Amino acid sequence: MRVAVIGCGAVGSLFAANLGTLDEVEVWAYDQWREHVDAINANGLRLSGAGEVVGRVRATADASELPACDFGIVATKSMHTSAAVEATAHAFEQGAVCSVQNGAGNEELVAEHVREVIRGTTFPAGHVVEPGHVGWDTKGDTHIGPFEPQPAPMEKVRELADTCTRGGMPTHALEDARGAQWRKLIFNAASNAIGALTGFTHGRIAEFPPTRELAWAVMAEGRAVSDAQGIVLDMSPEELFDHAARKDVAYGHKPSMLQDVEAERETEVDFLNGAVVAFGERYGVDAPLNRALTALIKARTAA
Amino acid sequence: MAIERVCVVGAGVIGSLYAAHLARVADVSVLTRRDEHARALNERGLRVSGKSDFTARLRATNDPQELSDFDLAIVATKATQLGEAAAKLAGRFPNATVMTIQNGLGAEELVRGFGDWPLVSAVTFMSGVRHDDAHVEYELDTETWLGPYAGTCSFERAQEIEALLASSGLHARAFPDLLPAQWSKLIFNATVNTVSALTDLPHIGQFAARDAPTDLGHLVHDLMAEGKAVAAAAGVGLHEDPWEMNVHAVRRGETLAAEGHYAHVPSMLEDVRARRATEIDFITGALVREAERLGVPVPLHSAMYRLVKARSAY
Repeated sequence: MRVAVIGCGAVGSLFAANLGTLDEVEVWAYDQWREHVDAINANGLRLSGAGEVVGRVRATADASELPACDFGIVATKSMHTSAAVEATAHAFEQGAVCSVQNGAGNEELVAEHVREVIRGTTFPAGHVVEPGHVGWDTKGDTHIGPFEPQPAPMEKVRELADTCTRGGMPTHALEDARGAQWRKLIFNAASNAIGALTGFTHGRIAEFPPTRELAWAVMAEGRAVSDAQGIVLDMSPEELFDHAARKDVAYGHKPSMLQDVEAERETEVDFLNGAVVAFGERYGVDAPLNRALTALIKARTAA
Repeated sequence: MAIERVCVVGAGVIGSLYAAHLARVADVSVLTRRDEHARALNERGLRVSGKSDFTARLRATNDPQELSDFDLAIVATKATQLGEAAAKLAGRFPNATVMTIQNGLGAEELVRGFGDWPLVSAVTFMSGVRHDDAHVEYELDTETWLGPYAGTCSFERAQEIEALLASSGLHARAFPDLLPAQWSKLIFNATVNTVSALTDLPHIGQFAARDAPTDLGHLVHDLMAEGKAVAAAAGVGLHEDPWEMNVHAVRRGETLAAEGHYAHVPSMLEDVRARRATEIDFITGALVREAERLGVPVPLHSAMYRLVKARSAY
């Protein structure tokens, strides 16, 4: 089997390095960061922290070098999805491509360039330590399923899930992966936007009554949009919120959107709060709080 | 009774602008919080640059016991320091009229708890920049609006204050009923200040932009629409439409920017940047409490209130 990871940052590297430990899988990584690419090709892709792994991975910054692949795993930041998939689509004419990115709306973009698409949501997290080396911060499950409008066949979904699981990334193949995706989206949209605008860590958001009340109101809008689509959430986003706020879990975690705002980088707000608004419009549900948060974040990062 | 002696309580930017201008036509004393602030004013006078350019001579003290009688007090502290300031006048100066100038709602009621002075409500659109204890730059020379508060004082008294301010070189307008103007400014402030504090943007063109669906002007407009619904439920007809005020202020800001001036930084953004207490409870908090009392839903203002509470929980 040949797999290409598109976007080999922290999350992409967790997949690439773990899959790179399997003899029967040839792993490619496509990334724009030259030093990272060169280090991976010279020494393999190293993970440390929650697991110690060195995976055999062939990395390239030149999309034309990618051979035909059975699977693609897209792990870029959401704002780079279109460009990255368009550049690499030639490698997936017979393959299926799975998004493991944040939020909603990425699969739709993948489907503009690729025939067979898999919806995915992943919980493991990490951070780049240096070129060729990623810190594995938290382990967690991945849920994947056919992207309904342009689905990959279920047997391919199972094959990818089994392979990832064997490689050390526990992955569940589901007929309908939307419940897992929207649970994480609803949670993320509240935690990230509120954190980015207030400077609060996740734990502070959950314990300070004004932000807690706001987070619950923002999640209620997400639930309404999810319900309107007929999605059954696999777990309560509110429970997830409180679980993550525990001191032994992620109390002190700065939501990634807060990190982006502090570093004056573009955020993924269009795929989080913006996605709640957009899917809401499509299904006739208004989401005024998510719309307000989207406008505030966009203005904040345009400053 | 003519107004000859004025006491300005609080010498921030707005208090300093009143004190310096009024010192040209009246006997002015200034009550400061800090001793060295009072000393700087007594030693160096109070310099105004920008839209006006002069140095005023006035008396300043941080000890309320040193204040001699006055005809008019202008309480120009931040809303967050109003109670502390009013307490310093408590039970004294029975012949004085007291004018409040704080943002938001509720200043008059708070002052009333410390004495039964005739009260004049006021809002101001002036702005400036503080350079040091004895130097303030006059930025926007816009009007102060004032009117008698809840029958505690006559309209004639408000008109006398209007005339006094005008003779000192400031712009003022007296209204028989200030509520419509107060509410226009409340809705404007609750929106512009919170959006600015959360986005880190001065009050610039984006606040009026409504081209793309996620443009900031939509949120500004929606917040103002919520505010207008509360005013309507309270039976207050607005003096000016807050959205028109916003568009006008942004255009004026663009003209000034083209002349090389800095864009106006709303006070709540200044407070957040300086990690000071904000007036959120007196502005958006007041609006949300009124909305709850009247049963008008204000989900967006509630959200802004909660976000700013968190942003200013340093």
